[in-house]
Formats: sequence, C-alpha cells, structure tokens
Amino acid sequence: MEFLASNISLSLAAGLATAMAAGALGVFMVLKNMSLVSDALSHVALPGVALGILLGINPFFGAFAFLFAAVFFILAIEKRTNLPIDAIVGVLFTASLAAGILLTPEPELLEALFGDFTNISVVGAALTALLSLAVVIGLILISRQLMFTIVAPDLGRVAKLHTKSSYLLFLIMLALVVALGIKFVGTLLMGTLTIIPAAAAKNVARTFYQFGIISILFAALSVILGTAAAYYTGILAGPAVILSGVLIFLCTLVFKRS
Amino acid sequence: MNQESILKVENLSVTIDREEILKDISFTVMPGDVVALIGPNGAGKTVLLKSLLGLLPYRGGVHWSPEAKIGYVPQRYNIGKSVPFTVREFFLLHERSFLFSGGKADGKIIESLALVDMPPKTLGERLGHLSGGELQRVLIAWALYQRPNIILFDEPTAGIDVSGEQTIYNLLHSLQDRFGITIILVSHELNVVFRYATQVLCLNKSLICSGEPQAVLTPEQLQKLYGEPTHYHHLHETEGSAANPNKIN
Repeated sequence: MEFLASNISLSLAAGLATAMAAGALGVFMVLKNMSLVSDALSHVALPGVALGILLGINPFFGAFAFLFAAVFFILAIEKRTNLPIDAIVGVLFTASLAAGILLTPEPELLEALFGDFTNISVVGAALTALLSLAVVIGLILISRQLMFTIVAPDLGRVAKLHTKSSYLLFLIMLALVVALGIKFVGTLLMGTLTIIPAAAAKNVARTFYQFGIISILFAALSVILGTAAAYYTGILAGPAVILSGVLIFLCTLVFKRS
Repeated sequence: MNQESILKVENLSVTIDREEILKDISFTVMPGDVVALIGPNGAGKTVLLKSLLGLLPYRGGVHWSPEAKIGYVPQRYNIGKSVPFTVREFFLLHERSFLFSGGKADGKIIESLALVDMPPKTLGERLGHLSGGELQRVLIAWALYQRPNIILFDEPTAGIDVSGEQTIYNLLHSLQDRFGITIILVSHELNVVFRYATQVLCLNKSLICSGEPQAVLTPEQLQKLYGEPTHYHHLHETEGSAANPNKIN
C-alpha cells in the first residue's frame, strides 16, 4: 500500500508497537474495572508535556514524570478503599488537564492534545518500539501474579506470590506506555487506546489467552486503519486511530457472547 | 510446641482500625481433626482464618507444623460472568509457566476436578458461567490441586441452596475419610457441625467455648454464644428466615 512506503512508515512502526503494548495492558485494565481510571490518567500527562515544552526538554520525560506520580496517587487511594476512587480520579485528573491546557503554549497545544505521527526521529522510533516490546514481555512475565490480584488476591498471597509488587510494576508500565503513546494519539485520547481494543477483544474471546492475543491484534489494526484513513483523507491521525478502534468495538458487539 | 499437632495457636489477638476483633485465642489442631468455627455475625471467624493464613497482621503465635501443606477455600469469590477466564486457566495459576504450560497440567487438573465429581469438560468452561455450587466445587478442587494435608474452608456453603449444601458437606466428609485431610471450617450449619466435627470452637471475639460437639453444642453454651435461645435441631426449620440468629454472612 502506498502510505506504508511513505516517510511516515517509521512513525507507523513505532505507533504500532506502542498500541500493541497498550492493547496488552488494556486486558488487565478492563478486568480490574479501571477503564475510566486509565482514560483520566492520560490527562495527567498534559501539564508534564507543557512543562517539557516550556523548559525545552523532551515532553516525553515531563509526561512520564507526571504519570509516574499519578500512579502512586492511584495506589494510595486504592489502599483507602472507603474513598470513591472514580470521583477523585475524575476530578483531580481533569483538573490537571485544565491546568495543562492553560500551561501549554498555543502552537503546541493541538499536538499535545491529539498527537502527531509525522515528526519522529529514527532513534525515537526505535526506542519507542523497544520499550513497547519490553512492556509486552514484562506483562507476559507477571501475568500470573496480575491475574491472582484480579481473580483471587487472597489465594495469590497464600501461594506466597508477590502480587503487590507486580501490580506496582503494572502501573509503571501503564505510565510508560501512555507517555509513549501521547506522541501518536495525544493526551486526550491515549488512555482510550488502552481500553477500546481490550473492551472489543473481551466481546469475542472465550479464554484469557485469546483475550490477550485478540486485544493486541485489535490495537494494531486500529493503528493501521486510522493511519491509512489519516493518510488518504488528511484528517488527524490520533482521532482516526481511536475511531477505528471504536468501529472494531462496534463490530465485535455483533459477536458478543453472553 | 506439641510435636504431633499440625497447628498450634497461642494468644492470638487481631486489631483492625483500633478495634479489637480477636482476643487471646488459643487452640491446637491435631492431624485428621475436623475443627468447626462457629459464632454470630462479626464474631471474627473469617478474620481468624485469614490470620492463620498470614493474610492479616496479628499478635501472638501461629505455629504450623513443618509438614503442613495448606489449602484455602475463600468465602467470597467474585468473577464477572463476561470475563474470559476458563476453569483450566484458573488452575494454571498454580503453575509457574501459567498460560504457557501447553496442556501439561491438564491431567492433574482433571484429577482434581474428579475429586469433587466434576467432569473433565469443565476445563473449558468459563468460571463466570458456573453455578454457585459448581464454583464452590471448583474452588475446593483448586485448593486440592497441590495435594494439601490441611484445608481451611471459609463457610463452604455460603450462597448455596440446601441440597447443594448437603453435597458439599458430603464431599468434605468423603475427602476427610479418603485422605485423612485435616479440616478447619467456618460453618453456620450446627447440624453438620454436630455430625462431622471432632472439635468445635465457639468464637465471639474471644474463645467462648471449645471441645467436642456433644460437650459444646448445648443450649446453655449456644445461648451464651449467640445471645439468645438457640438449639441446633431447629436450624433447618428456620433456614433462610430473618429471625435465624445463626445465619452468618
């Protein structure tokens, strides 16, 4: 296909890798009923991106620092289960989005909010792909511990597994992938990229194994469809990727099992 | 510590959020015992089990024999109906290689399921699609997978209809007969406790009474424990009624 041969193929490869890592993470987010947390989480990145731009450093580091802090914030709330996590995450993370919008210099605002596929360096693309691959492998390695925390936390602890540290590791990987993905789909939509492929995969998968594989494939398919649409029509790639994911989700509803 | 005991608990106390849930609990469990924990709502039965498993911080001593291999069947188990997670995958949590075990563990899983009279085809079923009774059996089979010699059951029959309850208890009883497994169980079924238990611990923050069922399950002791007149013979007649003080959640 023509668009694959163009100068955005590098970005596409890096975007694919990030999306696949997001698809793998999404499986656990959906199972833990953290869909909205993930969505709101990506908004926290915006003030970080803004600070990066203002200080003249790579916005990725600003975004990751803010996401990293947000992850510990989520952990702290979860420990005190009497607090309604949805409301607090929603309010605080949306507030940080508002602050980020005011902080971000206007020329960069659109890119920060919705991403930009087109200007990534060779080194940047390679690093993005490598880190994403590392996240997928890391997730496979801790998938047993994570599933224990989700389906049977007490049984995991009786089996003497380090379920707590695996969950922390999971959240850090989430922060990393969201920070990486912001380059492609922006702070507003990156959280959604971890959720939609997994939500769609859950509709058609019969086993957990299939759930993981299909979620990763759906994430990759969203990026390919979205990028192609952006290339041929000139629309923003980030929203096009997300809408492709939504389209896949709608298709899976037809096959949904009870 | 007594050499023969499988578990010895000494002056166990548990405080959660500054509230003392358990106070000075001491008892000994011998291999082959069937120990029943009874007591009213909020008496600390689940807390006691969790403390024994090391899931909650406690003061005092919990001494497991080095030979003890512990299995645990929790009280609650929540998995959504729509979660794609099969019975096979649930058992594979026991295996280090988890989803990459490649069918190696299937034989052992089927063996464990057979112990609770579940057919091999259960392997491919979703956990969320099992009925309450089936899930309870799968949880027991899951606890038996590593061939424990002591099992801790937290209300083995919570949320199961009466006929299901009977079979679960028959099952426990047959496991006990066949393998001599030591059992510690929380129960609200005083009839069953009377029939199967070798030792009863009455719990209401502290140990109110303990001993053989014939000695412990007297109207006087039960009144002391539950705070109002209770007799185990009446339990099945009032099963499920709000007036039943022994229906423990």
